[in-house]
Amino acid sequence: MIGTGAFKYFGLTVAALAAMTAPSLAYTAYVSNEKGNSVSVVDTDTLKTIATIKTGERPRGIEVSRDGKFVFVATGDDNTIQIIDTATRKVAGDLPSGPDPEQFALDPAGQFLYVANEDDAAVTVIDVAARKAVAKIPVGVEPEGIAISPDGKTVICTSETTSMAHFIDTTDRKVVANVLVGSRPRSAAFKPDGSELWITSEVGGGLSIVDPATRKITKTVRFAIPGLRAEKIQPVGINITRDGKLGFIHLGPSNRIAVVDGTTHEVLKYLLVGQRVWHGAFTPDGKYLLAANGLSNDVSVIDVASLKVIKSIQVGELPWGVAMGPK
Amino acid sequence: MGRHAAWLRLLRNLPRKLPFPKGTLRLAVAACIAASGIGAPVLAQSQTIKIGYLNGPLSKEKISLIDIPAPNDGLAGAQLAIDDNNTTGSFIGQRFELIESKIDEDADPAPAVKALADQGVAFIAANLPANQLLQAADAGKASGEILINAGAPDERLREQDCRANVIHVAPTRYMLADALAQYLVLRKWRNWFLVSGSHDGDKAFADALRHAARRFGAKIVAEKEFKDTGGARRTDSGLAEVQRQMIDLTQGTSDYDILVAADESEVFAGYLPYRTWIPRPVAGSAGLVPTTWDAAFDQWGALQLQNRFKKKYRRFMTPLDMQLWTAVRIVGEAAAHTNSADGTKLFAYIKSPDFSVAAFKGQKLTLRDWNLQLRQPILLFDGRNTVSISPQEGFLHQSSELDTLGLDRPETKCKLQ
Repeated sequence: MIGTGAFKYFGLTVAALAAMTAPSLAYTAYVSNEKGNSVSVVDTDTLKTIATIKTGERPRGIEVSRDGKFVFVATGDDNTIQIIDTATRKVAGDLPSGPDPEQFALDPAGQFLYVANEDDAAVTVIDVAARKAVAKIPVGVEPEGIAISPDGKTVICTSETTSMAHFIDTTDRKVVANVLVGSRPRSAAFKPDGSELWITSEVGGGLSIVDPATRKITKTVRFAIPGLRAEKIQPVGINITRDGKLGFIHLGPSNRIAVVDGTTHEVLKYLLVGQRVWHGAFTPDGKYLLAANGLSNDVSVIDVASLKVIKSIQVGELPWGVAMGPK
Repeated sequence: MGRHAAWLRLLRNLPRKLPFPKGTLRLAVAACIAASGIGAPVLAQSQTIKIGYLNGPLSKEKISLIDIPAPNDGLAGAQLAIDDNNTTGSFIGQRFELIESKIDEDADPAPAVKALADQGVAFIAANLPANQLLQAADAGKASGEILINAGAPDERLREQDCRANVIHVAPTRYMLADALAQYLVLRKWRNWFLVSGSHDGDKAFADALRHAARRFGAKIVAEKEFKDTGGARRTDSGLAEVQRQMIDLTQGTSDYDILVAADESEVFAGYLPYRTWIPRPVAGSAGLVPTTWDAAFDQWGALQLQNRFKKKYRRFMTPLDMQLWTAVRIVGEAAAHTNSADGTKLFAYIKSPDFSVAAFKGQKLTLRDWNLQLRQPILLFDGRNTVSISPQEGFLHQSSELDTLGLDRPETKCKLQ
């Protein structure tokens, strides 16, 4: 139950209960370092990097297994998803991801892993226990973003050059609908209650709010930062709080994270973080959001309650994303 | 619609006595119609969009063997974009086709343009010298043809000779010169030794470099012209000759920071690096070269395009390939957003403020509304790696920093009719 891709949005009731009765449990954040070919291990109690795990070539997408025992990291240049044992902090095996995996997501049951193959215009479905690829679904050009609906019935894949979000039925394993969004959609995320699907367009510069039932864009959120060129605002990662009240949009080379109201979709605040912020993850108790700043080689820690950036933690080279696990 | 009418006819002509009430049958038929999608809102029916590629012979006169273009230079880029358009198109019922049309050097392109128009082509991507491009644009005007210039760098095509039915993807000489100048000035390499070739294109590039120097604060401290006296580029033992020639050419000037060469005709500049009289770097047509693409470029997702290209064509992607890819993608983007195959609708969308194209340059690329020139960052390539990308940090502009490259709105002579 602890720590999966879908987990980013759900949080963990057990940990929350524990947090109420005892001093906060420390969680472990795993940060993929794209250039450094490593994963940095960060203690979220001390907010320090405590270890560095060597991985294969070009690690990017990163998730923690449901039971917290393993970290999955997509090593794009090795064309595989590596499995890291969190106890030994060593690579223990790999999953047949298909070529050039970047983003992937684990379904709510923790049974299947859906990975976007950027070079192949396809999504590969992997049976995690069997460590076998069981299906390959053709999508648009340069697929990247993957998100799974809270009910596990739909997988969303965004194709960067086709500029579409594809709706994939998980039973039939077929694309059943497509919506054209702003240029170069990088990431997709569902609200924890499944009522909205958010999609960022890196080059288009906006955030599309999509109704998952009608599969139509209901609103496009635009960002504007005083004194900053519009071109620098390139939305990439999305993190929505468990209660769906706040969404954090990582705006790339503008070095800021936009805080978006989950209901009105108004931009409430811009948080100044490190350089080229792309992806992040909440601690399981929802207290902190850790965001990876690719060009300043650090991770920014945001206190969610006060919406303040409280610390920067040095990690490896060109950090891409963050995943959370138990200590 | 025909099937729906047929079902209604069947219903009306049913025999009087049925084993079940007619109402049930009507319900069942309605369900069948609904399930088959007849009468339901239909997505774009299969639309076919034909794009032309009009080109002349590729120049094989290069100083380096490595630079001799492949026979499909440019064409491959266009074909890859057609594939990418078709992948997107498969989700929205659109199909793209490329129709290549080769014409001879100096030949009148009008018959070729007419032949493309007759086949239902609205957009013609072109790699032609300026004169032929203008002839093609004028020949196609009556039938609504829109040319996309993917090869000619001439300023006049975007200035006094601009045309309302020409979109420019190729950069101008001024854009290339400005991109280089910004970097040199940023590095404080302000004193330039300008060496120009003797052909028209060379002189035009030299003018662009002089303009860039004035604009950004560099100083041309020495100037020479290299006269092309003919002769072969491929010779068996010519290296010794070249070594002597380059020393003679570059000897005897005052000191300078960098030698900037204007040699579009590829007669001498490739011989300059490491052969200058005093040890100085070379830029312009050799050494540090401003360009729209290079095979080593991997920023902003470009690696994905490079991989796709190499996998299919088994060679490196050239700037011409990239310019043609961008040209064909412009049409694809417009078609996807308008859900139309109609040339007039597509062109209207391309000219609208909503239009942009993503071309792995880290920001969306848009058209300058005064002359339909694509704004774009320019790479500085050393032959092996991308050294820098202009516009450089610190060069400001009131609307788009990309407009610090090339002639800007207040300076333009273009009046699109």
